[in-house]
Amino acid sequence: MSELLTKSRARNVFYGGSIFFVVVFVALTAQSHRHIVDKATAGMPLTEEVRLGKHVWERNSCINCHTLHGEGAYFAPEVGNVMTRWGAQDDPELAYEMLDGWMQAQPSGIEGRRQMPHFEITEEEMRALAEFLRWADQTDTQNWPPNDAG
Amino acid sequence: MKYQSQKVAYAYFLVAMALFGIQVLGGLLAGWIYVSPNTLSEVLPFNVIRMIHTNALIVWLLLGFFGAAYYLVPEESEREIFSVKLAYIQLAILVVGTLGAVGSYLVGIHGGREFLEQPLWVKFGILVAAVIFLVNVSLTFLAGRKTAITNILMMGLWLLCLLWVFAFINPDNLSLDKMYWWMVVHLWVEATWELVMAAILGFLMLKLTGVDREVIEKWLYVIVATALFSGILGTGHHFYWIGTPGYWQWIGSIFSTFEVVPFFAMMSFAFVMVWKGRKNHPNKAALLWSLGSSTVAFFGAGVWGFLHTLHGVNFYTHGTQITAAHGHLAFYGAYVALNLAMFSYAMPLLRNRAPYNQVLNMASFWLMTGGMAFMTFTLTFAGTIQTHMQRIVGDYYMDVQDQLGLFYLMRFGSGVAVVLGAILFIYSMLVVRREVVKPGPVIKDAAIPGE
Ligand code: HEM
Ligand code: HEM
Ligand SMILES: [Fe+2]
Repeated sequence: MSELLTKSRARNVFYGGSIFFVVVFVALTAQSHRHIVDKATAGMPLTEEVRLGKHVWERNSCINCHTLHGEGAYFAPEVGNVMTRWGAQDDPELAYEMLDGWMQAQPSGIEGRRQMPHFEITEEEMRALAEFLRWADQTDTQNWPPNDAG
Repeated sequence: MKYQSQKVAYAYFLVAMALFGIQVLGGLLAGWIYVSPNTLSEVLPFNVIRMIHTNALIVWLLLGFFGAAYYLVPEESEREIFSVKLAYIQLAILVVGTLGAVGSYLVGIHGGREFLEQPLWVKFGILVAAVIFLVNVSLTFLAGRKTAITNILMMGLWLLCLLWVFAFINPDNLSLDKMYWWMVVHLWVEATWELVMAAILGFLMLKLTGVDREVIEKWLYVIVATALFSGILGTGHHFYWIGTPGYWQWIGSIFSTFEVVPFFAMMSFAFVMVWKGRKNHPNKAALLWSLGSSTVAFFGAGVWGFLHTLHGVNFYTHGTQITAAHGHLAFYGAYVALNLAMFSYAMPLLRNRAPYNQVLNMASFWLMTGGMAFMTFTLTFAGTIQTHMQRIVGDYYMDVQDQLGLFYLMRFGSGVAVVLGAILFIYSMLVVRREVVKPGPVIKDAAIPGE
């Protein structure tokens, strides 16, 4: 192997091969970008309200307790399908009411149970957050999660 | 230490070790909240503690890499660093940014993308520091001798700094946000950081074993080739269930399976070099950490990564405690232990003293590694039960978690061992002033066979 594979040959294979894989990856990423916009998330419009909801989600760092589509922290339940779990996916008003009721009841204060903090969220923001979660739930995630438990 | 300017590495390593302490204490506190969930819940909720834990980790690992580069580039390039002053300015920016980030987390100001929660001004600070760093080491590199070690190191550092751009790209479309988020997270730890790891490991092997540079450098190119050939398309193992097309299930499964290869190669490389080497280097602690790093990286990233990387498995394990188990052992083996290897090697030289206190340092290796291994096992058991009850039976998340208390208690116990190990390591680096156990006589003729 030492004859066939000299150092400079190994280096050239490294550079050439890496460029090849970067090009393939960029092409597939561009295609995936289009797939996400045109198909996977096209079931519901990306409205101003959904955008606001995403900012509320981010401002409160919900991701550092919950998973969303399976990514995030593992301290609290999956929320990518929470609207399905609550039976509110097709009913914006119910979605808002369930979410608002839940958020207002936190922290539960129950001894020995994981606590969710209380967040300062206006009504407009709470409606937006509910819409954001419905929007996330309608994404085509290749049928993940396996069941409603998330 | 051959060049005066290598001394800047010392300051980087000190700050890195301080943040390492904060990181493991944050982890321990987060682990305690799993055991006793009402702790601090109104004052300092879990999500804030977790941000401090993960952000401190990433920043100190980067500081360690920067310090390692400032130590290694002059020696390889055979000249002083372009500007020592710039190196200290860079460090100052990073320290201010880190303190600013922690301070703003504590008062509730933060972003909401995992690991990238830093306020915008801190992100810009990091960008400026990265640019200063690249200019500084590149000018040193370009003016001096070029070796495969510095070639690969520079390429890794340039690419990882460029990928930081994705920290600023946050589309409103959640699925797009997730897809571009992985361009920082995955392409750091499973592509560009691997180049940095290979370069530092190669440097340590060169110094510690005395094997021919030519042999080491050929190995390095083969290792980093397998890393990028598998790791770039291997990103697909995060594109199974986030709204990305279905073909990623095949591309991700196949290419990320090959991601095991570079980690296996780095482990083999380290052992083969030690086997071939004729040098009897006195710094046995640096050698232990180097071998330990490549071995634990193979298990944490290679074995535990493969465990859940095939899409048929990942469908059930995605986002469970299995992921946490893998994340811990992979980060620990590949990047924590590697940085500690570099500190163990360079600190005695930077402080102008013999590499004594080996015994305490080596004890800290076993304490920390034992603790992290135990933590990985308990989380893997917890994750297996979680996967079965929640993903297959369909029990509700919180009901399942109630069944896992014993594992979380054991995770906390192993966390105590890790914290004690980290304290012992820092103590052995900074405080101890004489050899604790007297070494036996050196046998001059290494050909004497054992009995
Ligand atoms: C004292 C020892 C440690 C304890 C008790 C501990 C505990 C924890 C806890 C409770 C979490 C949050 C998990 C969740 O979201 O539910 C976490 C996350 C994390 N920790 Fe640690 N940790 C420790 C040391 C470390 C070390 C040494 C590393 C690096 C090698 C590390 C890297 C991480 C990473 C990368 C995450 C995020 C994981 C993910 O998103 O999958 N931790 N840790
Ligand atoms: C040193 C290298 C590596 C490090 C530091 C690392 C670290 C991590 C971390 C922290 C996560 C959790 C990310 C999150 O918060 O969602 C993760 C996820 C993952 N890693 Fe790695 N990893 C490494 C290498 C690998 C390798 C080589 C493989 C495959 C062979 C692999 C397979 C995976 C998979 C499949 C996931 C997603 C888990 C899920 O679906 O929840 N990793 N890794
Ligand atoms: Fe990955």
